[in-house]
Amino acid sequence: MTSDVTRLSAAAQAALLRTSEISSVELTRAHLDRISAVEPAVNAFLHVSEPEALAQAAAVDARRAAGEELHELAGVPIAVKDIVVTKGIPTTAASKILEGWVPPYDATIVERIKGAGLPILGKTNLDEFAMGSSTEHSAYGDTRNPWDLDRIPGGSGGGSAAAVAAFEAPLAVGTDTGGSIRQPASVTGTVGVKPTYGAVSRYGLIAMASSLDQAGPVTRTVLDSALLQEVLGGYDPRDSTSIPEALPSPVAAARRGALGDLSGLRVGVVKELSGEGYQAGVRASFEASLDLLRAAGAEVVEVSCPSFGYALGAYYLIMPSEASSNLAKFDGMRFGLRVEPSEGPVTAERVMSATRGAGFGDEVKRRVVLGTYALSAGYYDAYYGSAQKVRTLVQRDFDAAFGVADVLVSPTTPTTAFKLGEKLDDPLAMYLNDVATIPANLAGIPGLSLPSGLSDDGLPVGFQILAPAKADDRLYLVGAALEAALENGWGAPLLAQAPELEVAR
Amino acid sequence: MSTISRDEVARVAELARIELRPDEIDKLTGDLGVIVESIAQVSEVATDDVPATSHPLPIDNVFRADVPQPALPVEDVLAGAPASEDGKFLVPQILGEE
Repeated sequence: MTSDVTRLSAAAQAALLRTSEISSVELTRAHLDRISAVEPAVNAFLHVSEPEALAQAAAVDARRAAGEELHELAGVPIAVKDIVVTKGIPTTAASKILEGWVPPYDATIVERIKGAGLPILGKTNLDEFAMGSSTEHSAYGDTRNPWDLDRIPGGSGGGSAAAVAAFEAPLAVGTDTGGSIRQPASVTGTVGVKPTYGAVSRYGLIAMASSLDQAGPVTRTVLDSALLQEVLGGYDPRDSTSIPEALPSPVAAARRGALGDLSGLRVGVVKELSGEGYQAGVRASFEASLDLLRAAGAEVVEVSCPSFGYALGAYYLIMPSEASSNLAKFDGMRFGLRVEPSEGPVTAERVMSATRGAGFGDEVKRRVVLGTYALSAGYYDAYYGSAQKVRTLVQRDFDAAFGVADVLVSPTTPTTAFKLGEKLDDPLAMYLNDVATIPANLAGIPGLSLPSGLSDDGLPVGFQILAPAKADDRLYLVGAALEAALENGWGAPLLAQAPELEVAR
Repeated sequence: MSTISRDEVARVAELARIELRPDEIDKLTGDLGVIVESIAQVSEVATDDVPATSHPLPIDNVFRADVPQPALPVEDVLAGAPASEDGKFLVPQILGEE
């Protein structure tokens, strides 16, 4: 039995724990064994916290044995993206500048994970400071896509997505600034959700762009994401942008959606997020899913969001500007790396420059310099100021579109997973991966990606659903309905079609 | 808007406090030129009548009650510092000799 449990959804694993068919220690052990077996090939983890995970599992088993009322997911293990601080467990943001740093506190979402009794398996790989779309900008090596080890797992949260796709963890946490949860989900055949901005606390995330960053679930099923969003979400007094009200239950919506009836629902296809630049196999998979939504009773309409053509440009001004400010804290004084200049006086300013020159990778340097440039005297109005206006236009487009549709849909990414190295020397080509996911971040609205099938190249395609702010429940309703219809056709989850990984013994 | 020059990249990197090797400056000048040219199109639609948005959702400033909260233990915080002495961060001189 223990050889198969890692294949189950988190909800199914939780059911086995509730009926005591398996203990959390056994379940956690099974995932740690799977990690040892496939990590040499996948490299999804930067750190495996085996002793801590087993201790947390034993503690939750003891609580269950004592008859305590436990959270539905209690005892189901989880992986956490290494940009979320974890007390006593190294947190690097995949940067040399934080190598070996052990945080003295937990992020709010980590406190909630521990409070709900989910053992933390370890920290997953990412592009340095979450800057990238392929996880190739990690200072600690590439993560590989379990569908094809020569291809990227997406980014920045490639580690979390690959860990879930390779059955190393049933659940993971990601963060999404421009698509870093949804795009990896898309290319690995998994589910990823960026909640409404403020629905999940940002306290204890190593910030990239504070007005765009949002943590959320990475899972294999829509229901599992809903269950995890309920663990992570809710008001946090330590995050001043946290939404101080309860949102409709994602889990209730996912369970309702799984019944498959979408009568009366209006689905808007965003004209600007399909067609030119989108792979033929991606478009075909998307169209087939639209047919399934129609068959479930939904009305499919086309909507136009003309400002989306400027969203990528606005994003690549706002995000680096905010990042250049947020990353100023890495000055070699209070934590992480300190490098002294090779010659000349050793002043704080020169130490800071030498530290950042040695500790930051190419993409981080590119974005911090770009952001500093966009904010500098003489350019502020033309660049940062204009980008903020585009943000208004994108929001207006969404407002108009949600006037005629309950949810909006598009392919999550224009293409399936590309080869490692293919776009590494072309930053602009890399940035284009996020063209369909970025608008949601600019407007603060929630988005979900679920697998809609395989493209003609045999690789997974992601289907993106967007909803108005605070209506995250609609993502789960529509996502669960589509997932049920798709799996009805496949006869099994899409990941059942992924090749078996070579395992180390 | 013009593209970015090598001198400008060097100047901005200095503002950003990132020491770059000459070959890094060359590479960055090329990269940023392409990127800036591509994103400069935002000004086409950013007309005077469009208000700027700095935050995705309308929010109010939040204050907590003015009650002391426990802080992190000093030794825990200093454990991650590059250098410390007498319960404080040990840092290089802030100003030069002159």
